[in-house]
Amino acid sequence: MAALEIQGLAKTYSSGFWHATRKVALQPLHLNVEEGETFGFLGPNGAGKTTTLKLLMGIVFPTAGSARILGHDFHDPEIKKQVGFLPEQPYFYDYLNASELLDYYARLSGVSREQRHKKIPALLETVGLGEAGRVPLRKFSKGMLQRVGIAQAIVHDPRIVFLDEPMSGLDPIGRREIRELIVNLKREGRTVFFSTHILSDAEALCDRVGIIHKGLLRGIGVIENLKSKIADTSEVVWRGTDALATVSDLLTQSHVTGEVVCGVISGQNQDLLLERLRHQGAHLISVTPIHGTLEDYFLEHTSEQETITT
Amino acid sequence: MISRLSAIAFNTFREAVRDRVLYNLVLFVLLLLATAPLFGQISIGLERIILINVGLSAISLFGIVIAIFVGIGLVAKEMDKKTLYTILSRPVRRWEFIAGKYFGLMMTLVVNAAFMAGGFYLALLINARGLQRADVGLLIAIYFTILQFFVMTSITLLFSSFSTPIFSALFAFSLFVIGTFAEDLRNFAAMSHGVTRWLVTGAAYLVPNFSALNVISQVAHDAPVSGTLVLWNSVYAVLYSLTTLAAAALIFERRNLK
Repeated sequence: MAALEIQGLAKTYSSGFWHATRKVALQPLHLNVEEGETFGFLGPNGAGKTTTLKLLMGIVFPTAGSARILGHDFHDPEIKKQVGFLPEQPYFYDYLNASELLDYYARLSGVSREQRHKKIPALLETVGLGEAGRVPLRKFSKGMLQRVGIAQAIVHDPRIVFLDEPMSGLDPIGRREIRELIVNLKREGRTVFFSTHILSDAEALCDRVGIIHKGLLRGIGVIENLKSKIADTSEVVWRGTDALATVSDLLTQSHVTGEVVCGVISGQNQDLLLERLRHQGAHLISVTPIHGTLEDYFLEHTSEQETITT
Repeated sequence: MISRLSAIAFNTFREAVRDRVLYNLVLFVLLLLATAPLFGQISIGLERIILINVGLSAISLFGIVIAIFVGIGLVAKEMDKKTLYTILSRPVRRWEFIAGKYFGLMMTLVVNAAFMAGGFYLALLINARGLQRADVGLLIAIYFTILQFFVMTSITLLFSSFSTPIFSALFAFSLFVIGTFAEDLRNFAAMSHGVTRWLVTGAAYLVPNFSALNVISQVAHDAPVSGTLVLWNSVYAVLYSLTTLAAAALIFERRNLK
């Protein structure tokens, strides 16, 4: 079953006295996330990631489209018992301590007193705040706040968790801790939908990713598949500079060191190049495939729009 | 629903307590206790009247100031700091949030008024070296003051559901001042003619009638307050607050929270 089905969700903000200035924050978005999947929603700052999450959480209202979470309309308040959410750079009531905060959010999600008493100390242990349960949140570091943020998102045992830039602003240790928490969520069978612009986090955690830029979904799929869509190139090295003139039209780059030539070629021209080299009697030294990275794919799909608009 | 409402209300109350909003009580009690012996030196027979007027007016003023200045931040603060995001992502309806906030601030104001009333009676005890039977009647004035808080808090919440804190404070305070002279506005309406009469009558019935909820000088002179007035004032305050809260919830339900 799809944990999340987004059907043409779109958002345009109007501003100005007569609401005359319009800004498209999200163009109609179609997206499905399966139950148990960890889905990364990638995009540069201002791409529309937070807007999408705000729409799904009912914080802002869509201009068009709808969505279903675990088979229910996303506006249905009851489905939110199954939903956890961590906003970007969260602020929590600093006059509360971590235990009180979790108790408050658990009450709002309808968790019984008995369950709260049992669950909250255990959850604080899970997120590494076992000792800090009674410490006021105003004394928490950013990393601790982020961990308590994840704890509040799962205190009611939701089936799907939305995390908005959960690793932003954290030091490498903090990022690793949050990464481990997300891995645990996946291990527990929860669906995780998280937005990020840190590609290494997405590569490490996600089953699938979607790339959004300027409010438009640019690509979606399994990371390996996306990477394979990046122009497939190989590095070919041979001995014999005489052959260079006959293959130069196939090469995108070349470099000569003495008698050795190193050339970069797209995958589709590889056979042709090898055939010509054989004809010319060049001595082939190596053929090394150059793999595309998620970063390449990301840059290709997020710079494309820049070219169109400029 | 009750659990969610009480959770939001209790958290609002807890915030007020921990943000030291109730510290004003200490100031109030110290002020009253320190000045109580001085009233005796003003004029024989008048000191009690003055003490009642000052004491009850202070309870009302302190409460109204808290209702406005805490009230304007109830929604705005949660929006600014984005704590509202983590609330609305739960099975909390927007109207429940507004109602919870209202009850939380009311809880704060009632506790505040109760402590102030205690301090006031203590000052009365020191001043008069004993309480009179008529002093029980002063509780009606305190009850009416709490009804004013009910109305004022709902008004502040209404403004804060769509406006900035500064404008909300300005609007709410203006309405409080106009509402204090609501009876005069109604009298003026009765004397007017034509369109003016209709407009002023409309305005007079739209603004909260705080003058009807103020019986301080009446009780200070031991004049009885009728049971009918108590009943009608209670009904009026509840209906006015409910209508205003419903309007606040309606506006907030449609608001995009950026």
